[in-house]
Amino acid sequence: MSDTTATTAPSANEPQKAAKPETPRSNQVLSEILNGNFVITILAVVFALIIGAVLIAVTNEDVQKASGYFFAAPGDTLGAVWQAVSGAYGALFQGAIYNFRRDSFVDGIKPLTDTLTFATPLIAAALGIGIAFRVGLFNIGGRGQMLIAAACAGWVGFSFELPWGVHLVIAVVAGIAGGAIWGGLVGFLKARTGAHEVILTIMLNYVAFYLISWMLRTPGLLQAPGSVNPKSPPMMDTAVFPDILGPKYNLHLGFVFVIAATIFAWWLLNRSSLGFQFRAVGENPNAARVAGINVKNTYVQAMLISGGLVGLAGVMQVLGTVTTGFSAGIDAGIGFDAITVALLGRSRPWGIFAAGVLFGAFKAGGFAMQAAEGIPIDIVTVVQSLIVLFIAAPPLIRAVFFLPQGKKSTKLKLNVSKEVAAK
Amino acid sequence: MKLELRGITKRFGSLVANDHINLVVQPGEIHCLLGENGAGKSTLMNVLYGLYQAEEGDVLLDDVVQRFAGPGDAMRAGIGMVHQHFMLIPVFTVAENVMLGHEQTGLAGKLDLDAARAKVREISARFGFHVDPDAIVGDLPVGVQQRVEIIKALSRDAKVLVFDEPTAVLTPQETDELMNIMRQLRDEGTSIVFITHKLREVREVADRITVIRLGKVVGEASPTASNSELAALMVGRAVELTVHKETARPGAASLVVRNLDVIDPLGLKVVNNVSFEVHEGEILAIAGVQGNGQTELTEAIMGLQPRVSGEISLNGEKLTGLSVRRILNAGVGFVPEDRTEDGLVGEFTIAENLMLDRSDSLPFVKNGNLQLGYLAEFAQEKKDEFDIRAQSITTMAGRLSGGNQQKVVLARELSRELKLFVASQPTRGIDVGSIEFVHKRMVATRDAGIPVIVVSTELDEVVALADRIAVMYRGSIVGIVPGNTPRDILGLMMAGETPTGVAA
Repeated sequence: MSDTTATTAPSANEPQKAAKPETPRSNQVLSEILNGNFVITILAVVFALIIGAVLIAVTNEDVQKASGYFFAAPGDTLGAVWQAVSGAYGALFQGAIYNFRRDSFVDGIKPLTDTLTFATPLIAAALGIGIAFRVGLFNIGGRGQMLIAAACAGWVGFSFELPWGVHLVIAVVAGIAGGAIWGGLVGFLKARTGAHEVILTIMLNYVAFYLISWMLRTPGLLQAPGSVNPKSPPMMDTAVFPDILGPKYNLHLGFVFVIAATIFAWWLLNRSSLGFQFRAVGENPNAARVAGINVKNTYVQAMLISGGLVGLAGVMQVLGTVTTGFSAGIDAGIGFDAITVALLGRSRPWGIFAAGVLFGAFKAGGFAMQAAEGIPIDIVTVVQSLIVLFIAAPPLIRAVFFLPQGKKSTKLKLNVSKEVAAK
Repeated sequence: MKLELRGITKRFGSLVANDHINLVVQPGEIHCLLGENGAGKSTLMNVLYGLYQAEEGDVLLDDVVQRFAGPGDAMRAGIGMVHQHFMLIPVFTVAENVMLGHEQTGLAGKLDLDAARAKVREISARFGFHVDPDAIVGDLPVGVQQRVEIIKALSRDAKVLVFDEPTAVLTPQETDELMNIMRQLRDEGTSIVFITHKLREVREVADRITVIRLGKVVGEASPTASNSELAALMVGRAVELTVHKETARPGAASLVVRNLDVIDPLGLKVVNNVSFEVHEGEILAIAGVQGNGQTELTEAIMGLQPRVSGEISLNGEKLTGLSVRRILNAGVGFVPEDRTEDGLVGEFTIAENLMLDRSDSLPFVKNGNLQLGYLAEFAQEKKDEFDIRAQSITTMAGRLSGGNQQKVVLARELSRELKLFVASQPTRGIDVGSIEFVHKRMVATRDAGIPVIVVSTELDEVVALADRIAVMYRGSIVGIVPGNTPRDILGLMMAGETPTGVAA
């Protein structure tokens, strides 16, 4: 939109770039990841598990020993590999879904409920991150939003004596509001000053962490009375999420909240006018602006909702997972894992739900794997990271599995031709 | 140098952009490549220039088969390209731009600017270009910048010059000068490929014409062919080149713009004290060379420009200072200049795009819920009415051709109750068939008594549609003249001159 139409390009050797300021490259990458297809996701998981298997085999002592005389008796090595890998993934399965060693179904199914318990805060936070993704925003501030939400919910949870039911509801609302404000602040600053949300969210993570740490060390604020540890008092029973499947299992009412949150997110994105505007801004903010959508307000609204959902995860942690009082580590890295889950679920609410359950299974199963087979839980983290890596690199997955290049890339090529052609 | 393309085939996935194209350009000949946007002209030239590798076929120079891995190879072989948008660095001088990419260096890598200067002077003198080698490129007028591009190509001893839509950014006068330069080059023995879709230019300058449609050569024509013959070849059927319209019956002044200034983010005044009126039932065309403030003017009307002073009112209601939402609600329909960037969400379906600017109110939204049933019905109806060629209403808008994308935008904007219709470059980059359709709809809108503003850089379009023409130059309106004003006068006005007898 400059006065002259002269374009700058480094030299005539290169195809030229569009003269207009384009949507940031990061948005394009994001949209490519989010619009990828389902098969790629599954293959990424499979491929990550295969590489995980290789790592398990290589680090296994029996395999190392047997490979010392590989050419004398290759069967030994292969047997050891099989032993190691099948043992590890078997343990993963038994720790995450169903334990066949238990006598009754009631005991055997406990791992699955553990999986869902681990998944509960992950899904909530990932829904928040995912909604921000759909608006084209990178919310890296899950940690800060969770901490603030946990502090708000926790404070209501331990300091007020309220009737059963009412107490829980108020605590949950307080937590969501805390997260929403912490997230909404980012949207507000972005809309008003044009500051980049990634920097804002990261910095607000530190602010939240040290603020909460300080409050936990200060008597009269969040610190438990009579204690010198930076830890809050335990939650009152009236504010704690009740177990929904009885005392035998850890699965708590939070899981029901998460299902409701998923339905809400689905409705918001696919059926509501607000979600329509969210998606329009996320895909093409210029067109949205021309169509009369207030892009800045949309950023604020999206960050409020995003922060609220991430806040719900903080609430889960403090009223569901650790009810004996929280420290500044209450977020347990969920704010960052949620980014991974949101990407894996392609920012679609039910996709996030499924991805969250998968990651919950990795978490639950990872512990079992470590306990039963002595395999470091880090392997699980590596597998999780590889999944995301492969999803972010669809051409790699296509090459590995000999899939044809997707429509997406054809379209990209065409764009190139159009670009070169149009100029 | 004789250039020959033999059986060039280039595919993008399932799309065949070039299908066994044969083309011979003799030395000292201006060969016009005529075709609609998307016909495959530019793809062909990109193959020639080494930007794309053809799946089949050969490029021959003086009957020797060439292999170009990139533009560098093509340049070394003697092919030069003058792109529609210049490949120049605005903050560099002419000499620096000309030497860019094949710099001569002296001791310790010191640039030999003197050699570059001498080269620029030598070529300038040969063709009478009057280009100062030390001028900063960004300060030069567009026409001169184009000459710098030509000098750049010639400084590398190009024997084949490709001009890719070179006239899109030029005033009619600059276009004439370019034609003269091309003739001069031809007489010196350079082979010239001239890509365009403007029929008049073709007939003026071409020695031979090859017409391309849908990636195939559909025929050769001689420069004596008539406009309608050429157009029919280009489109594949007889086309109405003129728009049939009754004389306008203008009503009361509806849109009134008074002393409008727009300041862009860099602090430059891009619209300078502009005043005009548009009456009900008339089409006001805003003519001018690209980048003379037309874009900013329409954006100011739509509330998309942040720094606006002056007054814009529609039927007595003030529009300045209102949000885009309120202006749309006031009954202003808008077709933005860049439809893929500002008009559509490419990853949205046709249906979703049709409700894009009514995303918060009835009939598409009720109590915060999207009315998907109604939307589907509406979209199907509009798809038929506006002849949007797509598999279904759930096709992504980004997958449509330019013409069909524009029909989606038009369908959306013309489906509301309008008090004003603003269309910016409504037919840029779309096929002739769609142009016909778009023009008909615009005239129909006018006939319904709605004031219409058309911004266009194409003189043909301006003359075809306008009841009155406002010509813009450097942010100001040079004059507002009747729709039947001769082209040469319009051309002078586009260059900033006020011909006698025209009220400014």
